[in-house]
Amino acid sequence: MLDSAVRARLRDIVGESWFKDDMESLVSYSYDATPMQQSLPDGVVFPVTTKQVSDILKLANEHRIPIVGRGAGSNLCAGTVPVEGGLVMVMNRMNKLLEIDTDNLTATFQPGLNTKTFHLEVEKRGLFYPPDPSSMVISTLGGNIMECAGGLRGLKYGTTKDYVIGLEAVLPNGDIIRTGGKLYKDVAGYDLTKLLVGSEGTLAIITEATVKLIPAPKYKKTMVAMYKDIYAAARSVSAIVGNRIIPATLEFLDNSTIRVVEGFNKIGLPVDMEAILLIEQDGQDESVVEKDIVEIVRICKEQGAVEVKMAADAAEAEKLMLARRSALSTCARIRPTTILEDATVPRSKIADMVIAINEIARKYNVQICTFGHAGDGNLHPTCTTDARDAEEIHRVEQAFEEIFEAAIRLGGTITGEHGVGVVKAPYLEWKVGPEGIEIMKAIKRAFDPNNIMNPGKIFAKQSRKRVVIDHGGR
Amino acid sequence: MAAANGVSDPGAKELRPLAQTMKLQLDYDELTNCMRCGFCQAACPTFVETGLEAASPRGRIALMKAVVDGVMEPDAKFREQMNLCLGCRACEPVCPADVKYGHLLEQTRDSLERHDEHPWYIKAVRHVAFKRVFPNQNRMKRVGKLLRTYQKSGLPKLARRLGVMKLLPRNMREMEAILPEASDRGVVERLGTRVPAKGEKIATVGMFRGCLMDIMFTETNVNTVRLLSEAGFEVVIPETQNCCGALHAHAGELADAKELARRNIRAFKEAGVDYIVSNAGGCGALLIEYDHLLRDDPDYAEDAEWFASRVKDVSLMLLEKGRPPEFAARRGESADGAPLTVTYQDSCHLRNVMRQSNAPRSLIGRVGDVRFVELTGADRCCGSAGIYNIVQPNMANDVLEHKMEHVKETNAHYLITSNPGCLLQMKLGIEREKLGGRMEAVHIVDFLYDRISSRGHD
Repeated sequence: MLDSAVRARLRDIVGESWFKDDMESLVSYSYDATPMQQSLPDGVVFPVTTKQVSDILKLANEHRIPIVGRGAGSNLCAGTVPVEGGLVMVMNRMNKLLEIDTDNLTATFQPGLNTKTFHLEVEKRGLFYPPDPSSMVISTLGGNIMECAGGLRGLKYGTTKDYVIGLEAVLPNGDIIRTGGKLYKDVAGYDLTKLLVGSEGTLAIITEATVKLIPAPKYKKTMVAMYKDIYAAARSVSAIVGNRIIPATLEFLDNSTIRVVEGFNKIGLPVDMEAILLIEQDGQDESVVEKDIVEIVRICKEQGAVEVKMAADAAEAEKLMLARRSALSTCARIRPTTILEDATVPRSKIADMVIAINEIARKYNVQICTFGHAGDGNLHPTCTTDARDAEEIHRVEQAFEEIFEAAIRLGGTITGEHGVGVVKAPYLEWKVGPEGIEIMKAIKRAFDPNNIMNPGKIFAKQSRKRVVIDHGGR
Repeated sequence: MAAANGVSDPGAKELRPLAQTMKLQLDYDELTNCMRCGFCQAACPTFVETGLEAASPRGRIALMKAVVDGVMEPDAKFREQMNLCLGCRACEPVCPADVKYGHLLEQTRDSLERHDEHPWYIKAVRHVAFKRVFPNQNRMKRVGKLLRTYQKSGLPKLARRLGVMKLLPRNMREMEAILPEASDRGVVERLGTRVPAKGEKIATVGMFRGCLMDIMFTETNVNTVRLLSEAGFEVVIPETQNCCGALHAHAGELADAKELARRNIRAFKEAGVDYIVSNAGGCGALLIEYDHLLRDDPDYAEDAEWFASRVKDVSLMLLEKGRPPEFAARRGESADGAPLTVTYQDSCHLRNVMRQSNAPRSLIGRVGDVRFVELTGADRCCGSAGIYNIVQPNMANDVLEHKMEHVKETNAHYLITSNPGCLLQMKLGIEREKLGGRMEAVHIVDFLYDRISSRGHD
């Protein structure tokens, strides 16, 4: 509960109607897209200028009030759940696209700008901003930056951190800093821009960002390859890249996913296949795109694909991509609760990882469908369960713990694009080690000595003990 | 993964009576099915207007769940938020988890009505409208007659001159001015209860005439029957049918909606029809969900399924099963280089519940010498939403204003719709934007019927 002087001060800063602490507001800002995570804030504030953000942070710092920055609340790590109460700072009133600079190929915007809206504006000018998280119809660019969002095009085009080149950010003491600029080269001191990207709201609130843009590819070709042997699919992925071809998207569906999608949608997927690869290539030159696809088809067949199909036109491409696009929604429909993880491994370890996931799912008797971005090793083991069944949820937790362990063992990471937030915090040490945690905590203290910025995220009160599981020498 | 900070487990607190009712009425599985991805928000008109989480489907479901779980009281703001929803259900087709938000909303509104806090005069109006007038088509006809008498008299002009109309809220005042001429002679009085098919009969379709539709848009009903007959259907109009119950269901009067549904099911079962055709998206959407509405009624569940599986919108009926005649622009409508330009505003319930967005567009595409321009945001609610534009005028006006910006961009001569509420709202928008001279809102059936090539276009 905020004391009345603080509430009055907040109302002074943002205006009467933009600070709210009625039950309706507290409940509706108590969650994000993460299953089973909810906690009420003490108030919700909607700033509209950098100055207001600065004044709010100063006040919060003085009174030691937790500040949780929030865009659309579409993240999957409980990054915007106010686990220690305090103020949720909703940034969606600061949603202006400030500039698209076609001379420097950059765009500058406020953090509350909707990702999809931004994409459309950029594309109108024949330009391209590749990061495309599945939530882009609702997510904000500020949220994408704070979580370092990825998407389907990570392999060829990189993720959010590869595009952000300048930021305006407000520190917990109210200071306003500007990092980077419309600069493709800039080595003036520590790279604070990159440090803030993916910092999950634990260091500062960003109030403006500059990203680089690239020319939009003009042509796109889609194809699909099916495999009875999961290793053949994995070998194809490595062989494509090994042949110096980088596809725009290279998506993967495992047998559980194929069965579930086909069982529910009846779209004619072969349920006896162990894996399906969906591949898209894009580019400026139609003949180059065509050549790449022909070559990919050859490689897939050579590596043991049972069947390869090329889309003749956009409508057919749509149809081929339907299986991948239906994956999440089908999982969401078959059981009430859907837990979508993002364990990521080196590309060469994809088959091992999928097989490990299947073994773990069997061991704990839980349903896990695995699909994802094979090109960059970012898999989405997705568990369908029911939050109301405590016993099953316990098994799900055990299974995921073992999946994280397997990912680390294979040289991977606990999270490729969703962020640590609350849900991965107990496992962070597995990836970065106790020394890694210490230096991260020191950085956190330098920015936020009073620990008001999104407390309870990234750093767990207690790390999980890592039990290394013997998988029979593989 | 336990919830923290005041978000307790279900049943942790003792619930107040309204919350108790909600706990009994709301489908807890459906509440749990919402995985809070938020994908609904981009499709939600009230979220787009306000930017507030609570004014989005994800937010409203979270609020409903919080009440059922005993986390929050269903206070005045809760009630307001539930009423602010247009009920357009645009959130449903985009929901990955297929949550039936519309059902949760109806269950919530039904609970709220059982513990209503309406002032006495609203109660009286609701009672007369929902229990006395709408369920009874003869009484609806008397309303039609009354309205027609008023419209034909000098009263409207007099009232406007004297400034009496200024006493009404803006939306009602303007609505009064654009209301079509009412009638007490419905489609049965005009055409009888059975109209034979032209040519070889394909099937027998039962025409759902609608309560308001039949007194306010009789001509559209008549044209619907004629068009169906042209396309090869024998049309039966069971006289014992009544209001579909949509207004009741949306306003939280579920028991009344169910009773109306039972009567309609009996009427169409007795008529022995192959299909049931609706020309109003708002009605059709409830008709097609009679199976859901009566799922717990042992006497009617099976018949309700029979009924629901036979409901089709008129556009789909013509396109999918019929032999639609040739359509073309009328003489003089299309000059060289400047063809007749038309656009289409989806009916939310036709699109989001009956899941028909292609059929009307395909039919319009068949009309010769006509240029079709897609309306940006055609899939977004126009703000009519049943009686929403009367009870939530501010939000309805904001929504309409944004809608009309896109409508203007189309430069269309005709703005076509598939539902009477949308049609009136679009007429209102055209009136407000002073587009009256160059643009007209029209029901798709009327647009098509007037352009049947063989009718000679006089």
